Amino acid sequence: MALLKVDNLHKHFGGLHAVNGVSFEVQKGTIKAVIGPNGAGKTTLFNLICGALPADSGTVAFAGRPILGMKPYQIAAAGISRTFQNIKMFPGMTALENVMVGLHTKSQAGFWAGMLHLPASRREEKKIRTRAYELLELLEITQFADIEARSLAFGQQRAVEFARALASDPPLLLLDEPAAGLNIYETAEVARLICKIQQQGITVLLVEHDMSLVMDISDEIVVLSFGQHIAEGTPREIQHNQEVIQIYLGE
Amino acid sequence: MTTKKLSALALLVAFMVGVQLTTHVTGTSYYLTQLTMTIYSCLLIIGLCLVMGYAGQISLGHAGFFAIGGYISAALTTFNFRPALEGGSSWVELLNTTGLFTSRTSMFGEPLLSVQPWIACLLAVSLTALIALLIGIPVLKLKGHYLAMATLGFGIIIFRIVLAMEIFGEADGISDVPGFTLLPGLTVNGNLDNRVVNYYIAAAFLISGFALLLNLIDSRVGRALRAIHGAEDAADAMGIDTARYKLYTFVLSAVFAAVAGVLLTHYSGGISPSDAGVMKSVRYVAIVAIGGMASLWGALTMGGLLNFLSLRGLFGSYDDAVFGAILIIIMLFAPEGVLRLKLWCKLKGHKEEG
Ligand SMILES: Nc1ncnc2c1ncn2[C@@H]1O[C@H](COP(=O)(O)OP(=O)(O)OP(=O)(O)O)[C@@H](O)[C@H]1O
Ligand SMILES: [Mg+2]
Repeated sequence: MALLKVDNLHKHFGGLHAVNGVSFEVQKGTIKAVIGPNGAGKTTLFNLICGALPADSGTVAFAGRPILGMKPYQIAAAGISRTFQNIKMFPGMTALENVMVGLHTKSQAGFWAGMLHLPASRREEKKIRTRAYELLELLEITQFADIEARSLAFGQQRAVEFARALASDPPLLLLDEPAAGLNIYETAEVARLICKIQQQGITVLLVEHDMSLVMDISDEIVVLSFGQHIAEGTPREIQHNQEVIQIYLGE
Repeated sequence: MTTKKLSALALLVAFMVGVQLTTHVTGTSYYLTQLTMTIYSCLLIIGLCLVMGYAGQISLGHAGFFAIGGYISAALTTFNFRPALEGGSSWVELLNTTGLFTSRTSMFGEPLLSVQPWIACLLAVSLTALIALLIGIPVLKLKGHYLAMATLGFGIIIFRIVLAMEIFGEADGISDVPGFTLLPGLTVNGNLDNRVVNYYIAAAFLISGFALLLNLIDSRVGRALRAIHGAEDAADAMGIDTARYKLYTFVLSAVFAAVAGVLLTHYSGGISPSDAGVMKSVRYVAIVAIGGMASLWGALTMGGLLNFLSLRGLFGSYDDAVFGAILIIIMLFAPEGVLRLKLWCKLKGHKEEG
């Protein structure tokens, strides 16, 4: 079954047709990559799926349910989690606290409970903390728990961002250029982490420029160019697709 | 509560008690009046700090919320319903049987029938919350500093309303506001023999309000607010309903302002249009900024210090100008607040390295 189904999606920025009639599906449990030259509309596509930008037309269905038009927080609560091309750690918060924010949808305490520190909310706080720590364990970064996230190295921030995005137990994880700015060792590490995430039963849709990473870990690849869907297939098929080769050579 | 927070609060309590004892020992109890007024201002300021430092929004309407609290409570507790009752108004009669009213004599010896302070207070605070909700719902859905604009407009409207309406005393404001009996034996009023008690009533309100807010920022909601302030789109992606959190924070802080307005009005026995002025709102914003925006302790310290100095008349006729200047200087040189001055941090950093 397709977990995510994008159909004929359009987005204009003034005269620029940033996403031009894109359609594709992401099968449950797979890793799918979106590739394409700079400015192809990959990040815009993610922003449309997450509700961070309103689409002009088209549909997006998640687990059979249309989600276009929902607010970003509703889409997140519905089970789509994301990371950002330019890592967005919450400033002034430790790695652990960042992950604790990720557990927002998994907890309830509101204003009253927060102001009064009711026993129930204290218990919940403890649970949030324990779970956040487990997530740091999963991403193998417990040693950074109490360090301000923004002061960590890029690769470590990526791992924190993964942990934060995974905290809501999302069926679908969107990763925007997870290897951007990382050296080859860190990139290999990120590739390993993504596979580990997939093994947890999580479906992954990622945008990435690092071709060896994409070819290594993806089950399927979609190619965008100037907002348009150019090709789709397995890594092997994409590697041998004439049109794709042309786009990348002509760049 | 963590032990750290508890001991900090204990220190605050000790400080408040210490101040009172000092005035007692040194025979300077006359300071208590200005100290009590300062404490109520601080109640408003810590609420505003939540909006500015944690929801990342600026409100230029907090003097307006303060004024709604004070004016509604003052008008209801001073308006004389006796003529209407004697004139046979059936709805006043009906309300009278519900215990809504209380009888007293005015300072001119005239018999008065006016609304119970508790009822007046609840009405004033609920009305403030409602107005904050109505302003906040459309404005806080937008990203950016639209709240500053909207609350500035709101503040000006409130100022014009209290100046123009007879029921609010026009340019004179409202005086002869009765005391507010919170509990038997505990009355918020300006009687000299009640000065020490009133200092402690105010202190109790401030410390409880402060403890509530300290708890809040150290909770799931507080984390969400800090996340919104730090990176709003990332907070969205974590499933945080950012508009709702900003709205609730704004309403909560308006309620703090209204409560401060109600209590200070009953304490001073009156309220005047200058309390509703936009310059007052600017002053509150300046104080939160100098305290370091996202620092409840900073806001409290600066609020206490600057309000007290201002009430002592230190800034003379330049009072408003001083706060305007503070705001400009802070924005230019120490956007993190003076308690975290860049230079100071650098020196500290060097020391730690060396
Ligand atoms: N908010 C915006 N307003 C106007 N134009 C935008 C906006 N966001 C993106 N664009 C434009 O839309 C096009 C697609 O941008 P997008 O960021 O989606 O590309 P991308 O495929 O993610 O590129 P990259 O690989 O560099 O990250 C670009 O030409 C970009 O300049
Ligand atoms: Mg991009």
